[in-house]
Amino acid sequence: MQGMRKLLLPLMAIATLLVTACSSIEPWVKPYEREHLADPIMAIDPDPVSSSYMDHVFEVREGAAGATGGAGGGCGCS
Amino acid sequence: MKITLKRGLAALLLVLGAGAAQAGVLAEDRADIMYHRYQGGGITVQGPSVLVRKKFGESFAATANYYVDNISSASIDVVVSGASRYSERREQKSLSLEYLRGKTTYSASYITSQENDYKADTYSLSVSQDMFGDLTTVSFGYSQGKDHIGSSVDPTFADTIDRRDYRVGLTQVLTRNLLASLNFETITEQGYLQNPYRFIRFVNGPGSYARGQEVAPHTRTSNAGSIRLKYYLPWRAALDGQYRFYTDTWGINAHTAGLEYTQPMWNRFVFTGSYRYYTQTGTNFFMDLYPRPNYQNFMTRDKENSALSTQTVGLGVAYDFPLGFASSFVKRGTANLQYHRLFVDYSDFRDLRNFPPGTAEPGTEPLYTLSANVIQFFVSFWY
Repeated sequence: MQGMRKLLLPLMAIATLLVTACSSIEPWVKPYEREHLADPIMAIDPDPVSSSYMDHVFEVREGAAGATGGAGGGCGCS
Repeated sequence: MKITLKRGLAALLLVLGAGAAQAGVLAEDRADIMYHRYQGGGITVQGPSVLVRKKFGESFAATANYYVDNISSASIDVVVSGASRYSERREQKSLSLEYLRGKTTYSASYITSQENDYKADTYSLSVSQDMFGDLTTVSFGYSQGKDHIGSSVDPTFADTIDRRDYRVGLTQVLTRNLLASLNFETITEQGYLQNPYRFIRFVNGPGSYARGQEVAPHTRTSNAGSIRLKYYLPWRAALDGQYRFYTDTWGINAHTAGLEYTQPMWNRFVFTGSYRYYTQTGTNFFMDLYPRPNYQNFMTRDKENSALSTQTVGLGVAYDFPLGFASSFVKRGTANLQYHRLFVDYSDFRDLRNFPPGTAEPGTEPLYTLSANVIQFFVSFWY
């Protein structure tokens, strides 16, 4: 539970910041300034078929799972 | 000898993750055809994975995936149990539907995985919302799944696992060169959470040991939180750093850290290099050798429940190939080769392959280590 609380606090702080700043926020990176972010090399998950395969390789051999950005599923994977 | 009751997150529907950065516009149509091969620790797992994604108008999209693991295994668990190499096949199919309305993307998905002694079905729902001039994407997801477990050595054995999975994600544009992504996930499981093919060992006399059945709790809850930063470097390259913390009610605490560098070259090539480090404590009821039978309520010698660390080094290359006559119906095509070398060091799981009972003082056998080669070859088309 200690660990969970440690993780939740920063998330809640960010969420609160976002909500309170909601009415007055101005996008500080304008649409015409997003050329670099739009480059395919900056994609968060450029190849889902490959990243989900590697997630599977690790999940079978390690105790931890989750928070990789993918949807959960279940398998009796060897 | 078939299954590992690993809480596998099949994670083949990456709607939440893949869509998160682009909510407001549905991702492009694409198709991927992959061959994957894992070889190490006496196990070879190889097979295809095919993913097809198609938009219908500007508001609807469907993604389907077909994935196969062809397994040939003489792993340490198989060898030590005295069984011979076995082969089996696992098939996984998934379908995901997305609906975009304004800045909100709704998705629903279904995954089914089947092998001769194990079946798993999972239903997922998720929502992602773009806000603050598209600098921020927030997403929520829920999955519910049920596994049906059998045994190839005991036809009368049948049990189940119920699984629930809650996810929250945030993708944030921080500067014109920096993206951040935060994810949090809670998984609860209830049911038969041990492995019918794995055994504990206990001391049964001076210098000798015997095997017994493992006993695991019937519930498990885990929490994982991750942060990821991706930075665009001035010479057109990308640096990606990740950290994840994981903790669960069985006593596993794990840290994962990773770094990936992406470098485009010569117009048509993109090279990647990566390093990942993972470390975990063991479950608090794990022991390599119990002092006697029925030593405690819960007992396991599953190596994934031992303290361990993993190191992975990866190299990849993608080639954007000329389309020729196909350019009238395909926008872009790439051929990709990725290689990962994986090393696992177990801190509390001993290698008994050459030490049957009576041949060495129990508890003095060498610790087990594993190395593996992981290869992926895939072609991707955007149309």
